[in-house]
Amino acid sequence: MTALTTFRFDDRDVPYRPGQSVGAALTACDIRSWRTTPREGRPRGLFCGIGICYDCLVTVDGMPNQRACLVLAADGMRVTTQEGVGER
Amino acid sequence: MTGADVVVVGAGPAGLACAVTAVRHGLTVDLVDAGWAVGGQYWRHPAPVEGADGAGAVTAGEVAHLHHDLPTYRALCSRLEEAVAAGRARTFLGHEVWTVGRRDGGWEVAATQRRAAGGRHAPGGGELRVAAPALVVATGAYDTSLPFRGWDLPGVMTAGGLQALLKGHAVAAGRRVAVAGSGPFLLPVAVGLAESGAEVVGVYEANPPTRWGRHLPAVARNVAKLAEGAEYAAALARHRIPLRTGRMVVEALGTDRVEAVTVARLDATGRPRPDGRTTVAVDAVGVGWGFTPVVDLAVTAGCATTRTDDGRHVVAETEGRTSVEGVYTAGETTGVGGAALALAEGERTAYSVLADRTGHDPDAARLRHLDRRIAALRSFAAAMAQAHAVPAGWVDATAAETLVCRCEEVPRAAVDHALRDREARDARQVKQLTRAGMGWCQGRVCEAGCRALVADRIGRPDRSAATERLVAMPVRMRDLLGTP
Repeated sequence: MTALTTFRFDDRDVPYRPGQSVGAALTACDIRSWRTTPREGRPRGLFCGIGICYDCLVTVDGMPNQRACLVLAADGMRVTTQEGVGER
Repeated sequence: MTGADVVVVGAGPAGLACAVTAVRHGLTVDLVDAGWAVGGQYWRHPAPVEGADGAGAVTAGEVAHLHHDLPTYRALCSRLEEAVAAGRARTFLGHEVWTVGRRDGGWEVAATQRRAAGGRHAPGGGELRVAAPALVVATGAYDTSLPFRGWDLPGVMTAGGLQALLKGHAVAAGRRVAVAGSGPFLLPVAVGLAESGAEVVGVYEANPPTRWGRHLPAVARNVAKLAEGAEYAAALARHRIPLRTGRMVVEALGTDRVEAVTVARLDATGRPRPDGRTTVAVDAVGVGWGFTPVVDLAVTAGCATTRTDDGRHVVAETEGRTSVEGVYTAGETTGVGGAALALAEGERTAYSVLADRTGHDPDAARLRHLDRRIAALRSFAAAMAQAHAVPAGWVDATAAETLVCRCEEVPRAAVDHALRDREARDARQVKQLTRAGMGWCQGRVCEAGCRALVADRIGRPDRSAATERLVAMPVRMRDLLGTP
């Protein structure tokens, strides 16, 4: 099916279906990580998928530490890779 | 309606059954759940999107094939909707409960609201407080994880995470997926992925089926479970999914994401054998070692906990009553046993609430039926826990540099150092010395691994108390203060 709705992830548009989380839409686009860890700078993405593990933290509309598995995608939303603890 | 008779936290099978039963017998109910649709993780459904924003949305019909016993779910949903329409129940979906406390002789739950579909209001867009004389904690369970080499690579998930992507979002986590760990839950996950177009390279079940041989009486009491197992076995065959027992994933390989997994055979003592390992290319892998009950709110309320045979903390209860007056529980919080048991317990607990609140003597025949059913299903759950135990040699799948705590990036070597050189005696002291369990997830993910690692190293079970999480979810101060 044609996805008409998109959000922005870093420098690209990511299609999503209404009702999908940011993490699900990124996964459907074969994007697996959107955060680097504070100590080792390692990439992280979805792990538990249900809001328990906080591994999928991401910056949404400028606000860091949002769980990508729970935040529902919205048209025009700006999602950016979160570096470390996400403090600006 | 101001102030219900009962507030139920969790709208999975247990919470739903409890709420609907309570309403049917004249009580009013507030039902609070973090999800956007009722059903919990078992009956997880896509977030409903209404109106013009809903074009192209993921529909419940689309994911119906992934579900089991949907008629029961639909019946519960329609009875709940009737109760809401009649002003006998209120539902607060998209609300994460972060604590509970005493209030006016009863109990109050505090929750923050999540961002709605298409909604622009900030996360934590509102704080909810509801109070009632009776509190039912039906908060379910999540996947139990154990560390292994490379498990922090993106694309490595829990088995439940794979399932949540399918049921909640109609997304397969990868094109070539491995499913591993132990327990019957791995089977529907694998079948769901295959039905959604993914290639499932294998289901790697650590335990041999012969472990069920010791538990035939429990199986005989639960014929429906046997039929369910046969159904999934047939589905695996239909999709040509290889089921490999006595094997575990000992390493995830890749640089910035998982590209392959190494699978080892386990010897008779449950140790991964060094010979005959195979490496299989995958772009996602889901591992699950059963489930960990979510007991945080009950612990905060002061309820006594006990341990199951496999060392997991559960809420101590009798007929749904906890050790604290006015606090009840049902479902996986009393010990993981699956949806059928959760449904029976939810209904049973509603009758206990009813008896305590109104003195009303519930239907004695129905209670006898429920108690028999609960006993039978618990015997099956106990057998399942033993037949699908974590293999003794799981630690061999870790290396010194393998992260034990993903949040705080604590390697196994740091835990070993705390035990060997810093005289830590249990998992609690290891946590204080290493920060394992002090990150964002508050030890939910690493607690099982930390406890099992400590047990492995000290040669006896770790006996430290259940973790107290007085704030069950991270809450932003500005949400509590109501400022933007």
